[in-house]
Amino acid sequence: MSGTIAVGRSDTKSIAAPQAANRALSGPRVTGRVVVMTLYLLFLMLPIYWLLNMSLKTNMEITSGLTLWPREITFDNYIKIFTDESWYSGYINSLTYVLINTVLSIAFALPAAYAFSRYRFLGDKHLFFWLLTNRMAPPAVFALPFFNLYSAIGLFDTPWAVALAHCLFNVPLAVWILEGFMSGVPREIDETAAIDGYSFPRFFIKIFMPLIASGVGVAAFFCFMFSWVELLLARTLTSVDTKPIAATMTRTVSAAGMDWGLLAAAGVLTIVPGALVIWFVRNYIAKGFALGRV
Amino acid sequence: MARITLDHLAHAYKANPRTAEDYALKEINHVWSQGGAYALLGPSGCGKTTLLNIISGLVRPTRGRVLFDDLDVTDLSTEARNIAQVFQFPVVYDTMTVRENLAFPLKNRNVSRERTARRVEEIASLLDLTRVLDRKASNLTADMKQKISLGRGLVRPDVAAILFDEPLTVIDPHLKWQLRSTLKEIHRALDITMIYVTHDQTEALTFADKVVVMHDGAVVQTGTPDELFERPAHTFVGHFIGSPGMNILPCRVEGATAFVGTSLISLRRTYRTLSDGERIELGIRPEFVRLQPKGAGLPVQIRRIDDIGRARIARVEMSGRPLAASIPDGISIEGNEASLVLDPNHVHIYANGHLVAGEATGGHAA
Amino acid sequence: MTKPLNNRAWFFVLPVFAIVAFSAILPLMTVVNYSVQDTFGNNQFFWNGIGWFQELLDPSSQLGEQFLSSLMRTLLFSAIILLIEVPLGIAVALSMPREGWTVALCLVLMAIPLLIPWNVVGTIWQVFARGDIGLLGWVVNRLGIDYNYTGDPIDAWVTIIVMDVWHWTSLVALLCYAGLKSIPDAYYQAARIDGASRWAVFSTIQLPKMRRVLLIAVLLRFMDSFMIYTEPFVLTGGGPGNATTFLSIDLVKLALGQFDLGKAAAMSLVYNLIILAICWVFYTVMTNVDAERERIEA
Repeated sequence: MSGTIAVGRSDTKSIAAPQAANRALSGPRVTGRVVVMTLYLLFLMLPIYWLLNMSLKTNMEITSGLTLWPREITFDNYIKIFTDESWYSGYINSLTYVLINTVLSIAFALPAAYAFSRYRFLGDKHLFFWLLTNRMAPPAVFALPFFNLYSAIGLFDTPWAVALAHCLFNVPLAVWILEGFMSGVPREIDETAAIDGYSFPRFFIKIFMPLIASGVGVAAFFCFMFSWVELLLARTLTSVDTKPIAATMTRTVSAAGMDWGLLAAAGVLTIVPGALVIWFVRNYIAKGFALGRV
Repeated sequence: MARITLDHLAHAYKANPRTAEDYALKEINHVWSQGGAYALLGPSGCGKTTLLNIISGLVRPTRGRVLFDDLDVTDLSTEARNIAQVFQFPVVYDTMTVRENLAFPLKNRNVSRERTARRVEEIASLLDLTRVLDRKASNLTADMKQKISLGRGLVRPDVAAILFDEPLTVIDPHLKWQLRSTLKEIHRALDITMIYVTHDQTEALTFADKVVVMHDGAVVQTGTPDELFERPAHTFVGHFIGSPGMNILPCRVEGATAFVGTSLISLRRTYRTLSDGERIELGIRPEFVRLQPKGAGLPVQIRRIDDIGRARIARVEMSGRPLAASIPDGISIEGNEASLVLDPNHVHIYANGHLVAGEATGGHAA
Repeated sequence: MTKPLNNRAWFFVLPVFAIVAFSAILPLMTVVNYSVQDTFGNNQFFWNGIGWFQELLDPSSQLGEQFLSSLMRTLLFSAIILLIEVPLGIAVALSMPREGWTVALCLVLMAIPLLIPWNVVGTIWQVFARGDIGLLGWVVNRLGIDYNYTGDPIDAWVTIIVMDVWHWTSLVALLCYAGLKSIPDAYYQAARIDGASRWAVFSTIQLPKMRRVLLIAVLLRFMDSFMIYTEPFVLTGGGPGNATTFLSIDLVKLALGQFDLGKAAAMSLVYNLIILAICWVFYTVMTNVDAERERIEA
């Protein structure tokens, strides 16, 4: 019954009521919340600031003593990454397999999620459970067998190997999320469309997809997220040609010691795609994290 | 128990309201007397709920004061106001039993255990909840849940007023009647001010001694159900109350005569103060418009006859304007042509929507 | 609300079944195959039966002891993580601003750690916690506390836990926030009318309504912390000594480091079975909660 109450006009009420509440209630609770939130965000941002701070320093400055901000801002570290092919190709490699994986996962998951949300069939519950367990499977278990498998079929060191490997946990997740959103669409819509003479593919694309568009967005977001942040499999399944950026970063340890500035700059750049994606979906985050299931 | 006074009250959800349109609630002055049964009637979005939430303290008004007896409570929180409110959709505390739910408002106010127990039993039997008192509230139907919400509103015996915000929306129709009369009984028994918000005229007219009709963020009329029927103070009231609603016809008035299109209607009162710029309308309820076979009276064409059970209503056209008229028993009409007879005592003239009193015409007192 | 029975729905599920089976069953068969064999390198394999499993589950053997201690460390880690992240996540969700541009700002900032590649998370903390060039390590040392996460096991644990709290609390918070957002305003209004205290509002309205998302949060956090590999690997490499060698790290060391395929495979299977069992418990609880909810709504 959660959905029934949020009808049009009550939106204005829901905004106004807490406002009035805050005014009527005593001050300390309001500031208490602000304090908790501020401290938490500070805790989240400090390490990232430190990385950014370091990426703008020279190695001289980093190792010669602690400075809270760069005394002498340098962009050399970034320039190096953007001009050295072995660096920037790492980003391209990572983004390539992440995008392939996201598209694959959604494409595979859509029909399956529809089946789970609309029908009962032989072994459905067990199948669903089995799918979910793969989301929980530790990548460490699969690293070596995947290496053997993809070497055997000649996909080793291609983006496809990583994209397919990530499907192991992203497809079940996408099925789960999409199933939640699809179950929220009343089945009468399917029936009405059938009566109106829509063929199934046309109904699915023209009517059903727009209804679960936010679900597809959420599922794509999570696929992107988990594929982007995973490293163990990505590193195991690639060597030279398609090395992900995260693996390239280990190169900063060289005979001449750590190139801290370069490492930090590379780290900052790996945060950027994620931050961009979040910025675009910021208005759907709350709904998205409910996974269509609240 | 208290008299509730709204003093120059107005509310806008926007910050810094300027024009009248910015206000969800336009200025209201009103006194709810102690022990009254009121209905707050109006269509969705007219500001009823806002007004209710201002009285209960959930919303703080932009301007004006709320007084309980002589105490200014405008700045008091809901908790401090000692008021009960029941919402449109059932609110129950899922983890508690029905008994705990009903006791919750008393427990929070440190009422003694024995008194709480006694009171809960009383309310439960009033609302027919005794059977389920020890069940988990979350496992009940919407009907039952709403009864629990009602019960929590009624359980405190000392409240200044009980506010109901369309409380029977989710209740089955046959139960609606029963619950409404239960509420009425409780009202008589307890002598508590009750304000009942609804958009359903039947609910309002059967529950309340006095009905406050709201439209577009303003109170347009306050009166007994009879008054609203007989003398609507605003065309909106005429239209909104009654089924079918009042006939509202644009017209021109000269002295004691109204011209509707080409038809002439003589009036009981004289209207001299109407100015040209105003929108002048004539209002008369279908109950006071009788259809007759063609002859004396205003000539009309019949479009349709509706049988609404207790009466027959004719949809007719007079000088091109649609009109509803009642067909007296035993009268049958051949063909499309007929005549109308208007009861002059129930013809009202409105200027820009508001009722105009007019002056008594030579010797006739209204 | 019962769904129609239609076995042709299997055609819709087939692609997913195929791709997941390809990625899960084939490798798992390899693992099973390895787990019953022994090798002396040079690609020669010998039948070893259940020998590896016996050794693995026998705490008196070296492998068994190693496995048991890694398992214990992992369980302890998961327990600590849940005890900190769940209450903290709830607190943060409750502290979210209610309206205005600050909402989006908080959400975006909170979500950022979730989208940082895991080894970069390790790197960030590796740098941040260092005594010489990291702000945290430097400040803690300045406070007179002797802190060195590469040398002291307790320091290493604290650092990994703080890192994980930093990394994942937002997930719990965002889930809880989503749950809180779904509570209709009328509940809060009714609670105020009923004179409920702040604590009563939390315990009688907010917590019960968050039950479902909390279950998801606990499941995800438990599983992910139970499988944690990359971040501690980058930060401490499992050290000092074996102090932060969790199951995954142990496994990867065995498999990819020492190429001890038989042992690693046996360990993988047992590890997987543990996860499967825990997963099943959660799944059962969750479907029961769902069933209860559906019964209420019907």
